[in-house]
Amino acid sequence: MSGLRPDLDAAATAARRHKDAVAAAPARDGDFTTLSSETVDALYTPADLDGVDYERDLGAPGEFPFTRGPYTNMYRGRLWTMRQFSGFGTARESNERYKFLLAQGGGGLSVAFDMPTLMGLDADHGRAEGEVGRCGVSISSLRDMEILFDGIPLQDVSTSMTINGPAAIIWAFYIAAAEKQGADPGKLRGTLQNDILKEYIAQKEYLFPPEPSMRLVVDTIEHATKHMPYFHPVSISGYHIREAGSTAVQELAFTLSDGFAYVEAAMARGLDVDEFAPRLSFFFNAHSDFFEEICKYRAARRIWARRLRDRYGAKNPNSWRLRFHTQTAGCSLTAQQPENNIVRVALQGLAGVLGGTQSLHTNSMDETMALPTDHAAKIALRTQQVIATETGVTNVVDPLGGSYFVESLTNRMEQQAEDYFARIDKLGGVVRAIEAGFQQREIGKAAYVYQLQLEARRKTMVGVTDFVEPDEKIDIPILVIGKRVEDEQRRDLADLRLNRDNARASQALSELRDAARGSANLMDPILECARSYATVGEAVAALQDVFGAYREPAVF
Amino acid sequence: MSADPKGERIRVLVAKPGLDGHDRGAKVVANALRDAGMEVIYTGLHQTPEMIVTAAVQEDVDVVAMSVLSGAHMTLFPRVLQLLRDQGAGDILVTGGGIMNKDDMDALEKMGTGRLFGSGASTQDAIQYIRGEVEARRTRKPN
Repeated sequence: MSGLRPDLDAAATAARRHKDAVAAAPARDGDFTTLSSETVDALYTPADLDGVDYERDLGAPGEFPFTRGPYTNMYRGRLWTMRQFSGFGTARESNERYKFLLAQGGGGLSVAFDMPTLMGLDADHGRAEGEVGRCGVSISSLRDMEILFDGIPLQDVSTSMTINGPAAIIWAFYIAAAEKQGADPGKLRGTLQNDILKEYIAQKEYLFPPEPSMRLVVDTIEHATKHMPYFHPVSISGYHIREAGSTAVQELAFTLSDGFAYVEAAMARGLDVDEFAPRLSFFFNAHSDFFEEICKYRAARRIWARRLRDRYGAKNPNSWRLRFHTQTAGCSLTAQQPENNIVRVALQGLAGVLGGTQSLHTNSMDETMALPTDHAAKIALRTQQVIATETGVTNVVDPLGGSYFVESLTNRMEQQAEDYFARIDKLGGVVRAIEAGFQQREIGKAAYVYQLQLEARRKTMVGVTDFVEPDEKIDIPILVIGKRVEDEQRRDLADLRLNRDNARASQALSELRDAARGSANLMDPILECARSYATVGEAVAALQDVFGAYREPAVF
Repeated sequence: MSADPKGERIRVLVAKPGLDGHDRGAKVVANALRDAGMEVIYTGLHQTPEMIVTAAVQEDVDVVAMSVLSGAHMTLFPRVLQLLRDQGAGDILVTGGGIMNKDDMDALEKMGTGRLFGSGASTQDAIQYIRGEVEARRTRKPN
């Protein structure tokens, strides 16, 4: 049996006739491609689903290959986690914002770090000047982490941390802060982004060359597997790939191929795939092309399930089950007529939900100009609450499953992703392809093509390319972060360096350096650095002594 | 390819100062300026103001175009302006774009940057602006 309505020749003939008739009807002068410039037909019919096998290709929700969702009854069982990414200024200021978000009904915390922290630099480093606390919270040591979660019991919340280059170190600060609260690290829940491959590909927050970076990632996977069973050590991220200008298929393909690379590296370490794969999670973008996004998530689940079972021999269904976080597309927002962003975010969030996301961040309307104000952040959270409680989309599992268009586009995106996997394999795998600049060039090309399409007005951004208000005065409140934050952080850090047990800190750092020269797991020495109040900059410097730094070729 | 009105190709240093690695905008602009016939040198990521100014002087550029998305623009733009003046290269046009609010853009333009471009700006506007401004500066120049 093939096709979703496979029974009758007559039906198939009719379906083709309908398709042809609609295609032949006069159309207005418009762009009928997806946001990623994929051509789509005017009508989809059973004729587009030849060869689709319901059991094999869709299956039940919660069952292989999970096309229809990772869990049996999805949002009837449990709504997604409304997890708003935030952080700015000092640890104390972010701590207040977290308490505000939890009080407003947010379900989990998600920490945004500032640029110096992301780049493994202390707040008092010369290159940190002007950047401290600007686009996230400044965390230089365990001391800052203690303040960040003051009064928030870490054993009871789940915390996502968007940190990559120095992820192992920041995670150690978190674990040590929880220990100080009296929490059992084995009970901590949360997610570390810790996806270094997409840093080389897109976001460029790397500290070491790819090989030692991969070792650190596997160290965290191993540590979580053995000691912290409720923590997700890696969130394999397409978000930044998409923000860098990729197409939806590139986001899908490069993210999943990064995931395969982590699985292969962890297996090469001797870990059992069924012990760690259930703890891997994903993070995708929700851009503006509604159906393309939904199909991307559905294809991702199916590709992952098949690869984990058939290539890597995973036997535990939890290893096959792809779960993901979604964030709406920052790059789709406009500074012009900023209130329109609320609408964009609502539609993107809805796509994430119809695609079956496990958690969601909705962007605030003011984020093209600055970090969000409390007011804008609250509207963003309320948007999710409207989707969850008023639209009815949570009542039915995978309500778009079986749509001729959705199934057809899901299949096509899966196939296009497989084509990319083959090209990456030919280049010698993900790391070699990155070193050759392959993914970076593909994304750069897509970003430029899109910009040219916007300027030729073949693609539209409301308020920017069309429906422009030339005399518009953009007048919404903006969050301003002053120089005070930087001065305060520097003072606190000077105080820390003076008052900590410096002998213990230098001992810990020198043990970390020695361990890096060997092949043992680095989490224990990193944890000792954290507990001794060594700073992130000091720990990164110790590792760079051994690993070196990385500089990408400047190509455009 | 069209060059600038006087026939000498405009040389632009596209620069990513600071720690932020969001290079989509910088690369799109670099491509657009090159396709418009300008000579484009891209610094790559994580440049200090000192590195940018050294490159600008060595490459004898007409324009430094900086992309800053991390919020550090009020530190980085003034530093580059000052260092260029210190090097006797204050005639180089400093322009750029990124995530900045209007007040900051106005303040920076008062300090001596050229026009700054925010979210939604078109590369055609940037190209036209750079052509016009470089022509004006070349006419003003004594040699």
